[in-house]
Amino acid sequence: MSYFLIFFSAAIVNNFVLSYFLGICPFVGVSKRVSSAVSMGMAVTFVMLITAVVTWLIYHLILVPFDIVILQYVSFILVIASLVQLVEMFIRKVSKSLYDTLGIFLPLITTNCAILGLALFSVLRDYSFMESVVFGLGAGAGFTLALVIMAGIREELELAPVPKYFQGAAITMIVAGGLALAFMGFAGMI
Amino acid sequence: MSSSLSLKAEFVKGIWKENPVMASLLGLCPTLAVTNAANNGLAMGLATTFVLLSSSLMISALRNFIPHQVRIAGYIVIIATFVTVADRFLAAYFPSISASLGPYIPLIVVNCLILGRQEAFSSKNGIGRSLLDSLGMGIGFILVLVVLGIIREILGSGSIFGMAVLGDWFTPWMVMILPPGAFLTLGILIALANWYNDPSRSKERRAVS
Repeated sequence: MSYFLIFFSAAIVNNFVLSYFLGICPFVGVSKRVSSAVSMGMAVTFVMLITAVVTWLIYHLILVPFDIVILQYVSFILVIASLVQLVEMFIRKVSKSLYDTLGIFLPLITTNCAILGLALFSVLRDYSFMESVVFGLGAGAGFTLALVIMAGIREELELAPVPKYFQGAAITMIVAGGLALAFMGFAGMI
Repeated sequence: MSSSLSLKAEFVKGIWKENPVMASLLGLCPTLAVTNAANNGLAMGLATTFVLLSSSLMISALRNFIPHQVRIAGYIVIIATFVTVADRFLAAYFPSISASLGPYIPLIVVNCLILGRQEAFSSKNGIGRSLLDSLGMGIGFILVLVVLGIIREILGSGSIFGMAVLGDWFTPWMVMILPPGAFLTLGILIALANWYNDPSRSKERRAVS
């Protein structure tokens, strides 16, 4: 499969948030302001890229040769948790301004199912090294896209007369349903 | 504080009042992803409850031995271990369910519902209380998944648990078993729960509860 196809499929057609339901927690939680949605999206894309590289190496250079694939969930989640920690320390050291923008979102990423989902899907689809890197980038871009669109809608929604019982989580779900419906329009393209 | 609650209240609270999905919006990924049929919802709910119960047992038993600073990492490793057990069990005995749930079984590892209960409850309470709490939360989770699965399956394919209940006259609403249907159904369910829980709706209800 060509790299472009993988990228496009992960970002738009099979959007992680809107068609795989991965990363719904931050999608609902951090999508109130466009600016914080952009920061969160960047942080997630960054971690996804590193995760794609590291989990591919671990799976193909350690788990498969030593025949301990059964440990993949335990090792993946440990690697992700420590990666997030490492990235946080690294960013704090290197760029204070970037840390202030991304800082609070980084710890949240450990329990973001999109990250573990990315690692699992790469293994499941038997991607090569470059393919899983592209897949990580595409998934990150798709996550950012969904988050930013959602935040834009929710900023407008604050002024809309939402029925009393639909306020809060319920209307967020309905809006997400509308978005998912819109993204389904891309389904025929691949 | 939770220690003042009776054992029964500890168990019951997860089913409705502090229902993990409806009240706290935890564990939304699997809730939305696997409920396109009632069967899948039930299997997912049972697998999650198994992991929740076993890790609560383990963590409440070990709560005085796990160092405070590395507790989250410790919890995640324990949870991931039980998820591996559940995953292998399903793959061995129910290969068709395992195939239709796909990567969502391993994703139980990052279900915030499980980690949330460990952090908020099992790490502070004894084994008995933690098990009751987990059982209540697990049943609450299963209920939401099955209800969502039933609604989506009836409307989306005209059947319940794989058995056709609506006749030929019914045109299935394809959208209900596709991703948008999940969001729409859950949104409407949450709104219904808001309406049901609204204290101003009727004074009698408040007097009863």
